Amino acid sequence: MISTLGRFTMVLALGIALYGAIVSILGARRRKPALIESGRGAVFAVFGLATFAVLLMEAALVGRDFGIRYVARNASLGTPLLYTVIALWGALEGSILLWIWILALMSLLAVVIEGKRNREAIPYATAVLLSISAFFLFLAAFPANPFTAIFPPPADGRGPNPLLQNHPLMAIHPPCLYSGYVGWSVPYAFAMAALIKGRLGEEWIRTVRRWSIVAWGFLTVGIILGGWWSYEVLGWGGYWAWDPVENASLLPWLTGTAFLHSMMIQERRKMLKVWNLALIITTFTLTIFGTFLTRSGILSSVHAFSESTIGPLFLAFIGVILLVSFGFLVYRSDGLKAEGDLDSLVSRETAFLMNNLLLLGFAFAVLLGTLFPLISEAVRGVKVSVGEPFFNKVNVPIGLVLIFLMAIGPLIAWRRASLESLRRNFSLPLLLAFLGTGVSSILGVRGLYPLLAFSLAMFAAATVIQEFARGARARRQISGEGYLTALSNLTRRSQRRYGGLIVHLGVVLVVIGITASTVFKLEKEVSLKRGESMHLGRYQVRFDDLTAWQESHRFVVQGTFTVLNSNRQVAEMRPAKRFYPSEQQPIGTVDVRSTPREDLYLILSSFTRDGASATLKVLIRPLVMWIWIGGAVMALGALVAIWPDRRVLAAEPIKERVAWQPGRS
Amino acid sequence: MTKKSKLLLGAIIVAAALSYLIYGGIREAAVYYITPAELNEKGASAADRSFRLGGMVVPGSVHWDPGTLQLTFRLTDGKEQVAVMHTGSPPDLFKEGTGAIVEGKYNSGNLFIASTILAKHSEEYRPPQAGQAQAKDLYRTLMKPPEERR
Repeated sequence: MISTLGRFTMVLALGIALYGAIVSILGARRRKPALIESGRGAVFAVFGLATFAVLLMEAALVGRDFGIRYVARNASLGTPLLYTVIALWGALEGSILLWIWILALMSLLAVVIEGKRNREAIPYATAVLLSISAFFLFLAAFPANPFTAIFPPPADGRGPNPLLQNHPLMAIHPPCLYSGYVGWSVPYAFAMAALIKGRLGEEWIRTVRRWSIVAWGFLTVGIILGGWWSYEVLGWGGYWAWDPVENASLLPWLTGTAFLHSMMIQERRKMLKVWNLALIITTFTLTIFGTFLTRSGILSSVHAFSESTIGPLFLAFIGVILLVSFGFLVYRSDGLKAEGDLDSLVSRETAFLMNNLLLLGFAFAVLLGTLFPLISEAVRGVKVSVGEPFFNKVNVPIGLVLIFLMAIGPLIAWRRASLESLRRNFSLPLLLAFLGTGVSSILGVRGLYPLLAFSLAMFAAATVIQEFARGARARRQISGEGYLTALSNLTRRSQRRYGGLIVHLGVVLVVIGITASTVFKLEKEVSLKRGESMHLGRYQVRFDDLTAWQESHRFVVQGTFTVLNSNRQVAEMRPAKRFYPSEQQPIGTVDVRSTPREDLYLILSSFTRDGASATLKVLIRPLVMWIWIGGAVMALGALVAIWPDRRVLAAEPIKERVAWQPGRS
Repeated sequence: MTKKSKLLLGAIIVAAALSYLIYGGIREAAVYYITPAELNEKGASAADRSFRLGGMVVPGSVHWDPGTLQLTFRLTDGKEQVAVMHTGSPPDLFKEGTGAIVEGKYNSGNLFIASTILAKHSEEYRPPQAGQAQAKDLYRTLMKPPEERR
C-alpha cells in the first residue's frame, strides 16, 4: 500500500512540477496573471506532496515495514528509534527524497518571501525551481524510487550502515549539507530569471544576497560538521582527508564564497556582471556535480559509471544546465557591459578580484585532484591517485594568500586607498602579526607555512578586532553609550559588514585549529598488558580492563583506560569495538577527551581474546576544538549578516516599475 | 600601461603561478596503482617511488607481533607475490583471502614497506554464515553482566 501510494505521490508531484514550470513561463510571456497564480499554486502543491512522501517514508521506517526495499535495507528491528528516523538519509533513494523536500521548502519560501517584491522575476524563478524539482522527482519516481516494494518481505531488515548509526551527529550533518547544496538553487533561479527576462541590473543581486548567505551558511556548517563526524566516528584521528565526498562539498563552497564577495563589487560599482552570473551558475552546477560525483560510482572506476542508472541522468542534467545557462548568458551579453570602472589598483575592488581568482584556482585544483584518477584512466589507461600530498602542496599556499586578502579586503577603501589610510588601518595589525610570529617561533613553531599561517591568522584577527573597537569607540564618543551597547548598535547599523567580519574571525579560528592540530600532532601505538601504561606528551595512559556485552543490535568490546597527568588522574576513557551482525568486521569507536588546549584521542586497535592485553593507538591533537568553535562563529556571522533589519523592513516597499499585478487585474 | 592591462597582467601572473603549483603538485604527488607482477617486473627501478600496490592477502601469510607491532604478509595478483611489511595494527577490514591496497615504497630487500593499508570494504550485505562464530562466542571470557560495568 505504502509502496503504491509513495510512487503515486512522486509521479503526481512530477506532473505538477512540470505543469507549474510551463504555466509560469506562459503566464509571464503572455501576461496572464491567472497562469502565474497557477504556477505559484504548483509550488505549494509540490511542497505538500513532498512532505507527504517524507512522512510516508518515515512511517514505513518507524513501522519497520520491510515490504519496502529501502526500509529492509536501512532499518532493522534492533535499530534504535533515532537511527531509524534518520535512516531517511542513510542511502541514495532516501537522500534524494530529502533533497526533494528541502528544495520544495526553499522554493515555497522563495515564492512567499520574494513574491511581493519581485513580481517580474518570480514567474521565471518559479519555473526554474520547479524544473530542478522535476528532475529530482523524476529520479525518485523511476530509477531511484525509495518506495520500491520487495516480495516476500524479509523477517528483519539489515539496518543502517554501522558507521551511520554510531554517532548522533549523523542526525544533523546531512540535512545541513543538503540545505547548503539545495540553497544555491534559489540564487541560481533568480539569476536565470534576470537573464531570461533581460533585466540585467543589480535587482537580482539584491534579491539573492540573503539567499546566498543562507545557502553558504548551511554549507559551511554542513562541511564543518562532516569533519567533526569523521573525526569522532571514522577513528583515524583526522577530520579532513581530501576524500572525493569531502571535495564535492568544498567545491561549491569555494565558488559560493567567491560569489559572496564579487556580488558586493557589482552592487557598489556596477562591474563584473557577467562574472557574477557565471559564478552563480557554476556554484549551482557544482552542487549537482557533487551529488553526481558521490552517488554515481564514477570515482571507483570509469567502468562502474556505465553500470549506474542515475549517473548518465545526472550527467545529462548537468549538460542541460550548462548549455541553457551559458547560452542565455551569451545571448544577453550585450546588456551586461560594466557601467563602473576600476579607479585604482590599490582598492577593495582589486583585493576582491584577487580573492576571486584565488578561490577559483583553489576550486580548480581541488576539482583536478579529485578527477585526476579518472582523467588518467580514461586518457592513458593508467590508474593514478594524487591524494593528500597534492592537495596540501597546492592548496596550502593558495589558502595562505587568501587569509592575507581576507585581512586587508574589508579595511581597504573602495575605489582608491590612500597611503595614509593604509598606514592607519594596518600598522597595528602588522606589528601584532610580527609579534605573533616571534612568539610562535619561541613556542616551537617551525617551518615556513606554519609560521606564516599563525602570523597571517594573527594579522587577520587583529584587523577584525581593531575594526570593531574603533567603531565602538566612535559611537561611544558621539552617543556616550556603554561599550557593549555601542558594539551591538554598531553591528546592527551595518549588519552585513560586521557579520562578514565575524565570519572572518571564525575562519581565523579554523585556520589556527587546523595548523596547530597538524603541526603539533603526537601519535603512538603500543600493546599493553593489564595494569601497564604508556606515556605520550603530558599524559600517562594505563590499561585497566577489557569488558564485553551484548546490546539489542550489536555486541560491544570495550577497554577501560585511566589517563593520568603528572600522576593525577584526569579521566577514564573507554574506546571500544562494536560488532554488528550485518558486518563481517567490527567498527571501532574512539574515545576523545576534548579540552580547549588539546584533544586526547584513544583508538582500541586490537586485543587478545582473553582480554589480557590490548593494542592502543593514542593521539594528541592540540586546539582541534577551535575548528568546531570557528565553524560556529562563521555560522553566527552569517546569521548576523542576514538578520532582518527593522529599519529597512519599515522603510522598504520595494520600488519597482510594476506594469501589472497578478491576481488583481 | 593602463590600469586594465596592469590588472590583466597581474591576473596572468597569478594564473601562471597557480598552474605551476598544480603541475608540480601532480608530478610529485601522483601515486601509480600497480599489481605485484608489475612491481616485480620493475624490480630495483621501482625503489625510489611510492606506489599503491593492490592484491589479495595470501592466506596463511599474515604474521603480526603485538609487542613490536610488526605486520608482515604477502599480496598476490594470482600470478606473483610481493612481501609487505607494515608497522601498526592490521585494520578492521584487513583479512586473509580478501583484497587490500597498500601504499608505500619498495626497498632493496624485495620488501614492500607500506605506510598505509587500505583494506577493501565490500558494501554488499552478507548474512552471518552458518558455522561462523558469533562475536559473543569469541569473546565469552570478557562478558560481564551489565550492572558490573559502569
